[in-house]
Amino acid sequence: MATPLESPLVFTNVGKAKWWRSGFFASQTGYVLLALVALFVVMNFASPYFLTQGNLQNVAKNFSFIAIATLGVTFVIITGGIDLSVGSVMCFSAMITSMVMTSISTPGMPGAEWFVHLADDGKTVIANMPGLILLVSVLAGLGVALVVGLVNGFCIAVLGLSPFVTTLGMLSIVRGLGYVVSNGRGSFPSGPEASYFYTLTSGVVFGMPAPFIYLVVLAAVMAVVLHHTGFGRHVFALGGNEKAAALTGIPVVRVKIEVYVICALAAGLQGIIICGWLGSAPANMATSYELNVIAAAVIGGANLAGGAGGPLGAIVGCVLLEVIRNGLVLAQVNSYWQQTLVGVIIIAAVLVDRLRSRMA
Amino acid sequence: MVTPHDAGLAVLELKGIGKEFGAIRALHGVDLRISPGEVVGLMGDNGAGKSTLVKIIAGNFPPSHGEIRFDGKPVHFARPIDARAVGIEVVYQDLALADNLTAAANVFLGRELKRKFGPLALLDQKAMAARALELFAELRSETRPHDLVKQMSGGQRQAVAIARTRLSNAKLVMMDEPTAAISVRQVEQVLGLIHRLKEQGVAVMLISHRMPDVFAVCDRVVVMRRGEKRADKAIGDTSPEEVTSLITGAKEAA
Repeated sequence: MATPLESPLVFTNVGKAKWWRSGFFASQTGYVLLALVALFVVMNFASPYFLTQGNLQNVAKNFSFIAIATLGVTFVIITGGIDLSVGSVMCFSAMITSMVMTSISTPGMPGAEWFVHLADDGKTVIANMPGLILLVSVLAGLGVALVVGLVNGFCIAVLGLSPFVTTLGMLSIVRGLGYVVSNGRGSFPSGPEASYFYTLTSGVVFGMPAPFIYLVVLAAVMAVVLHHTGFGRHVFALGGNEKAAALTGIPVVRVKIEVYVICALAAGLQGIIICGWLGSAPANMATSYELNVIAAAVIGGANLAGGAGGPLGAIVGCVLLEVIRNGLVLAQVNSYWQQTLVGVIIIAAVLVDRLRSRMA
Repeated sequence: MVTPHDAGLAVLELKGIGKEFGAIRALHGVDLRISPGEVVGLMGDNGAGKSTLVKIIAGNFPPSHGEIRFDGKPVHFARPIDARAVGIEVVYQDLALADNLTAAANVFLGRELKRKFGPLALLDQKAMAARALELFAELRSETRPHDLVKQMSGGQRQAVAIARTRLSNAKLVMMDEPTAAISVRQVEQVLGLIHRLKEQGVAVMLISHRMPDVFAVCDRVVVMRRGEKRADKAIGDTSPEEVTSLITGAKEAA
């Protein structure tokens, strides 16, 4: 016989956690940010040059060179995946952008008549429609990134291959393709619109480096997407419990493909921006950048097991890495120490997180 | 006492359900009726066919033989989502919750409420938290919508998983071992949750190995053995001893 159970349990011993013990302040992102602020203060006393406008602009520009790709890889890491191909994609997208721009700006090349014509003097190349060359070449660069992201996503989500192995393979494939299309020589953007390209990628807008502005805009968009859309919720759910996500009817395959595409597109855009700053896309560009990018994401609080991460953490991780690099230069420490220190910080950040969750 | 025979319209009716996996006969000739607001315990040893039966009802795979009627109409489920569409929800043993999300986020996982901002559809967090709070209150569970699931007790996690079934107004909720591996006090909470479902006219199928729980909340107990239904008795007409002997095969049928 069924007996009614009328005992709504009241947990009088469970209170609300103190504000500094919950939410942002208790997260890895929170105390890495705290460490960053402390580092700024220390650097200010250690070197009179640190807080000068020139140096800060330099720092802002340098960390922007990996931060956009870090935003992208953070999406993948939140789902519990990894993307090792970002460095190669940076290079390949930059290379395609610069080769397409050069090619369609050269009269006589196939298809070039749609974009340029020669001036009356027979020498000066003039664009048919201002901005079109730039647009087409950047879209070409992002297009190859899109394809790489789709292939990564297809192999991982549909074929069920491990993200580590798939993207490790893709790292090699895409780097190899970069050497193939350029014959190992690299290329540099040229033609009537190359100057627009340089302005948009390495110019200064409102006293701030252009890449920094792109970064801030993209990070804001990412924050909205992650925390205020169904897609963002599903990204977190996938990292928290993939089986549960599938059982509740979340389109797991589609979300997975989407995060790898986002990651590849971010890497492609990052590569194009770096290309503008370097003035060329050498075939060995951004080699091993994937390690810096993943390190920055992890230092900023993205959990490689999935389920945690965000744009602020990605940026904080990148800034921390760059400030340390910058600090070592200002302190005239042998720059070879940089890599060693980065490794120490990765382990320290994760260790502090572990100690904190053990104490809680 | 509700018995299978005097109940009115059955919410779920199985007729001669059988299932073969190659040469293995997992289920044979299972008939079953469940009425609205009825709690049925499904018992049996490992390999008796309980989970095969549950998976057929939940739409994980179709039966080889027999007919499923839901709300009086014959139904064919190709995928679990088809079963969910007519009002069958399953609360899985591992609860299928995302630990890193809040209670409210888990309740609404896969069917988030959204508000339109021009071309954008953004999550309506306030409405979801408010509705989740209502559901928890309905289940009389001390669960806060904004708490992370990883900080919750086993009972609270069950409440979240059950609240999810209430969200869709399910007519039949199947619970797979909800009281395994949780503390005594939490078991009491979970059994309370099952009562709340019953009060709201939801039919519940409780798959459990724990005799005291089945006898505490169920109206009826169904015993499976070797892919066949061996007994289907009102709780008042049987005893834990009889059910045990039916499960082990000491008694063939009742």
